[in-house]
Amino acid sequence: MKKNIIPLLMLCISLNAQNPSAKEIIEKVDKNMSAESRIFTSKMVIHNPRNTRTIESKTWSIGEKKSYSEYLSPPREQGTKMLKLEDQLWIFSPSTDRIIQISGHMLRQSVMGSDLSYEDMMEDPHLLNHYSGKIDGEEKLDDRICWVISLTANTPDVAYQTQKVWVDKDRFIPLKKELYAKSGVLLKKMQLSDVKQIQGRWFPKRILFKDVLKDGEGTEFLIEDINFNVAIPDYILSKASLKK
Amino acid sequence: MIKFLLKGILRDKQRSLLPIVVVTIGVMLTVFLFCWLTGILNDSIEMNARFSTGHIKIMTAAYSKNIDQVPNDLALTGVDSLMIKLKKNFPDMKWGERIRFGGLIDAPDSRGETRAQGPAIGFGIDLLSEDKSETERFNLAKSVRRGRLPAHPGEILMSEDFSHKLKINPGDSVTLIGSTMNGSMAMYNFTVCGTIVFGTGPMDQGSVIIDIEDVRNALDMNNSAGEIVGYLPDNYYNEEKVSQVVAKFNRLFPPSKDEFNPVIVTLRQQNDLGNMMDQIKKVGGFAVFIFVLSMSLVLWNAGLLGGLRRYTEFGTRLAIGEDYSHIYKTMIYESVLIGIIGSVIGALIGLAGSFYLQKHGLDLSSMMKDATILMPTVFHTRITAPAFFIGFIPGLFSTVIGTMLSGIGIYRRKTAQLFKELEA
Repeated sequence: MKKNIIPLLMLCISLNAQNPSAKEIIEKVDKNMSAESRIFTSKMVIHNPRNTRTIESKTWSIGEKKSYSEYLSPPREQGTKMLKLEDQLWIFSPSTDRIIQISGHMLRQSVMGSDLSYEDMMEDPHLLNHYSGKIDGEEKLDDRICWVISLTANTPDVAYQTQKVWVDKDRFIPLKKELYAKSGVLLKKMQLSDVKQIQGRWFPKRILFKDVLKDGEGTEFLIEDINFNVAIPDYILSKASLKK
Repeated sequence: MIKFLLKGILRDKQRSLLPIVVVTIGVMLTVFLFCWLTGILNDSIEMNARFSTGHIKIMTAAYSKNIDQVPNDLALTGVDSLMIKLKKNFPDMKWGERIRFGGLIDAPDSRGETRAQGPAIGFGIDLLSEDKSETERFNLAKSVRRGRLPAHPGEILMSEDFSHKLKINPGDSVTLIGSTMNGSMAMYNFTVCGTIVFGTGPMDQGSVIIDIEDVRNALDMNNSAGEIVGYLPDNYYNEEKVSQVVAKFNRLFPPSKDEFNPVIVTLRQQNDLGNMMDQIKKVGGFAVFIFVLSMSLVLWNAGLLGGLRRYTEFGTRLAIGEDYSHIYKTMIYESVLIGIIGSVIGALIGLAGSFYLQKHGLDLSSMMKDATILMPTVFHTRITAPAFFIGFIPGLFSTVIGTMLSGIGIYRRKTAQLFKELEA
């Protein structure tokens, strides 16, 4: 009898490893995608109907809700700084030497005419803190087998009430996302690619955002350089740093 | 005979005064009402043309489809060369480049932090070049309440109410927060040089006017404009002339599938003005018709009464041998003369009153404080050619018809009974 139980247990453990729950998948996705702190340099390539613009910035972030970005190029945007603390955002414009605060629904406006909102760009939410998931099935996406997971928000203050996420089964990285409003209207699509091993985790270096309510071919968000869990001095994430 | 009748009318005031007064009042009211309705229609059209629609407007096809959102990301580009082409092909037209935009006006405190903030409707128009047509179109010189018009780059005009709301005075610095043509957040500092009163509710509530080059710098719209407005040489909207311009423009810039191709729209095709113009014309025409009809009835009755009042006189004239038809003819001639005199006096008084209001207007701003559509608050009458003869319809024809009807009774009088009637 004992001889039979051990292989049975082994089989169960093995099956469980192959078919983790939605919560376990999300947890692993969070481990890859989020960090206690991040410093990264990125490029936004915005494909408008009339032109394509590239905007370069450097971002420091701690946790989910603290973030500071400085724009490096093009010249018109250079020196613009944004600080987001919780639900408030301050923008410093060097040409006016003014700091303007925006909050509320304004945080869901487009950043620099891109397909990203301020929240998309400056927040690093742990999915598990805000959503509960359900595995809808499996699909093949660009030769990668993915779980298709539906996420439903647990809290009302999130930008997207539901999400549909295609998670790479091997690397626990989302390869595609569909973001929906509370009404069920599809707001944005994301395609994550160029997945690399960075500091012991898988991370997509290219994300194509497409605001479906906007014309154009979307915005590419390209990570040039990223460091996870690094110490960030407090002064960087303070209003004082905006005018420096 | 006419000279004789005229003498009778002028000398026998008992016979002529009341009919002439009635005709005069009726005609005066008819003329004035007609001029008033024409004036309201014209004021509304002219105000929309000056501030918003032009007699024609050129923009990109994509912009025109979403014009209510003022989508400056879909604005015309390469405006310099487009303007050269327009001026060459339409030398008589007056053109103006404009950028309309929405944004926030942010007033800082002494530390540069936001003290007050309010949403604004902005107009970028040519204020600083030598051509002052846009300044005149917006009637800016007369609209300045405090301060002065912009004379240098970086200056902004605010509506008086808006400046009070934000507690801003001429000389203060404000920041415009808007969106660039590419959708980036735009922040640009301006110095308030003056405040203005437009005289239209929505514009007085929160608008700013800035030189178009400053707006281009602020909103990253180099050599671009949301709209190019065009005005006919005499500044008066004329559908036939506008159609000719549209036809020529469409030959120069044939419609294409390119959503950034310039397209032209007329005043009628914007802001539902065509519908409004038709409706006002219909309603106005109907109102004038009803008024003319009612005045006609009044004057008809006046004619009837005139005939009845003179019952005894006609009896006497018949008794002394005057012919039926002669009396009838003289009655009609008299009524024609009374109609003409009353109509001329009534038309003159009506036109004089209309002329006064055409020049000075009637300020109804206190009644339109909360208006949200672009309507004038000072209403003017407008004297047009029909105003000179419309009063003659009730004034002359109704009086004559009334007299003709009442005069038929003359033929029913029997000579044998006349003396009995007169004795009675």
